[in-house]
Amino acid sequence: MGKTDNLIILENGVIYDPYKNKKKAGSILIVDGIVKEVGKVTGSDNARKIDCTGKLIVPGLIDIHAHFREPGREDKETLATGAMAAFSGGFTRVCVMPNTNPPLDSPEAIRFIIEKSSGLPVHILPIGSITIGQKGQELSEVGEMVKAGAVAISDDGLPVQNGQVLRNALEYAQKYGIPVINHAEDIHLRNDGVMNESSLSTQLGLPGNPDISESVMVHRDLEIADYTGGKIHIPHVSTKRSVDLIRKYKKIGVNVTAEVTPHHIGLTEDKLTEYDTHTKVAPPLRSELDRKALIKGLIEGSINCIATDHAPHTIEEKEMDFIHSPCGMIGLESAFGLSHTVLTEAGASTEQVVQWFTKGPADIMGWNIIPFQIGEPAEIAIIDSKIRWTFKKSHIQSKSKNSPMIGMKFTGKVDGIISDKNTCGNLLD
Amino acid sequence: MGSLKNKHLIGLEHTPAKDIQKLIDTGFTFREVLDRPIKKVPSLTGKNIVNLFFENSTRTRISFELAEKRLSADVTNFSASASSVSKGEGLKDTVQNIHAMKMDCAVMRHPVPGSCLQLSKFVDAVVINAGDGTHEHPTQALLDMMSIKEKFGKLKGLNIAIIGDILHSRVALSNIYGLQKMGAKVTLCGPPHLIPRGIHKLGVSVNSDIDEVIEWADALNVLRIQRERMGVGIIPSVREYRDFFGITQERLDAHKKEIVIMHPGPMNRGVEIDSSVADGDQAIILDQVLNGVAIRMSILYLLLGPDEGEVG
Repeated sequence: MGKTDNLIILENGVIYDPYKNKKKAGSILIVDGIVKEVGKVTGSDNARKIDCTGKLIVPGLIDIHAHFREPGREDKETLATGAMAAFSGGFTRVCVMPNTNPPLDSPEAIRFIIEKSSGLPVHILPIGSITIGQKGQELSEVGEMVKAGAVAISDDGLPVQNGQVLRNALEYAQKYGIPVINHAEDIHLRNDGVMNESSLSTQLGLPGNPDISESVMVHRDLEIADYTGGKIHIPHVSTKRSVDLIRKYKKIGVNVTAEVTPHHIGLTEDKLTEYDTHTKVAPPLRSELDRKALIKGLIEGSINCIATDHAPHTIEEKEMDFIHSPCGMIGLESAFGLSHTVLTEAGASTEQVVQWFTKGPADIMGWNIIPFQIGEPAEIAIIDSKIRWTFKKSHIQSKSKNSPMIGMKFTGKVDGIISDKNTCGNLLD
Repeated sequence: MGSLKNKHLIGLEHTPAKDIQKLIDTGFTFREVLDRPIKKVPSLTGKNIVNLFFENSTRTRISFELAEKRLSADVTNFSASASSVSKGEGLKDTVQNIHAMKMDCAVMRHPVPGSCLQLSKFVDAVVINAGDGTHEHPTQALLDMMSIKEKFGKLKGLNIAIIGDILHSRVALSNIYGLQKMGAKVTLCGPPHLIPRGIHKLGVSVNSDIDEVIEWADALNVLRIQRERMGVGIIPSVREYRDFFGITQERLDAHKKEIVIMHPGPMNRGVEIDSSVADGDQAIILDQVLNGVAIRMSILYLLLGPDEGEVG
């Protein structure tokens, strides 16, 4: 990360506004981190000129699902290192999940995140827990948390098993206009599963987690959302069954949104044959049939956005055996490259991919973002959609390195990013 | 070394049929050694073998130890506490210790599937899988096949049924791979919710009617029913299991046919198998135990022994 020169001109790019789906050729002048001119730039001889020919200039990407582990597990990630991981991946806004220690279940905890992350190059927006201690029983002080800056509520990886508790949350949260995010998993059907249940789990001798453990809970949550009119968001959808249900309930007007991770659209269970613990994730990597259904779901609009579920773990934890090592992989640095590669191969445009990282998540959270506004701080990413590159360990800024994507070849990359006075990337360093 | 395709014995999924054949044939050669007055040969003199047992398995451990000693290898036994395994500790340190101690061979029993494969990637020593959870248990399958071959003189064309809790079994997969590679047909019989998902893709048949399976089969491999699965809502009761899946004397008598009975042990007499069946003429359960030593000698010899030369 470097400080910007006082004057930067992003020259001769294509400026794309995913919120209005409009693009035009042009340049942008940024002075002291503030957008000064857009389109035609009158110029300044002493400005640093960044050639953006052939590149897309877009608003900073948004991730609504990340784990920065602070407070409690700063050995895995901190707000500062997580912010750097996000920033280098093209993100300028990140929502962090409340499964910290202690969990983010009070306005004090929310304020801690907001105060601790001020001054970082990325806006960090905390998600409060639905219930106290993520225990699935008593509602947290949702209103106070929202007042303190929480943007949504979720018990993260601990699904709310009690339907009445989720009903209460979905009804109560409507007052504050925030989505309720419930990790959709019937823990009894999951049983002791550590990978997708299939003929492959049988061959590997690993306990299977069937796709119905997700879809059964998705179905329940959609029914409760339909009944209450509440705003439900389904994180990291991993199965075809869930996509089919979401499509059906969207058609009848239920207030549901959904996200998919880059790894669920980019990888399948076939990646597990060597028992590599980096591929262990919740929900598990599924079948090729599921992967295709997730991509179709994004393209047709059943799924609204891509979110990383960036989940850092230490080397020591990932060195354990497959049963005992924790679920999760980091994803902020590889998110755009992997998603762009997979989705453009499936027929999507670069602009659509950008939308799934900007407009998609902003709409879920109810944010009205107007990019490239003159007089406002710059939150800009520069995208090279053609470049072919290999994702390496050296691209990782996160404190943890638990990525099964290392060594994968991607097409398309965030080539540079500007957030306020900070810059990062090939073009800008 | 090098008389088999793979350096290690991790499982039968990736062991070619000709190597299985060779392992069984050599097993019979060692079986003869075991019938001699002096049952020891010098084949592995000077070789260091460590038996790593991360969970209890008296039979398998003793069988390996006996095989190793009869080949004149130097044997070290290591048992880990169950608590260190349950915390997920141990495997990496184990790997490094084996490396540091310059072991020639590690025989490992571990509750976690894939653990032997992981071990084999990081050590120079030859790794033999003595059971990695519900994944593979190749030495058990080889001794089962050797025992069937001894009884029938062949494996090809035989109908073999595996009876019981296939889902939690450590021996089913290796038997399925091995038997099918050797030309036998395999049917699985057990409570439907204890048949693992997608197993038919491995080419086996599934039939939950034990009487139909007995009519079809040349041999029954009866699995142990873990008592801890009883009364926790998975298997309703001993009475019901016996009634629908038990290899009882009455059931066998009713069929009036020759059938060979196998069991990997330890048996729950009166649960999955009647005592009179286990001790009867049709049972080859004790032959399996003896063949277990012979086949493990064969495995150790072919993986660690001299390239050429006669069995001492």
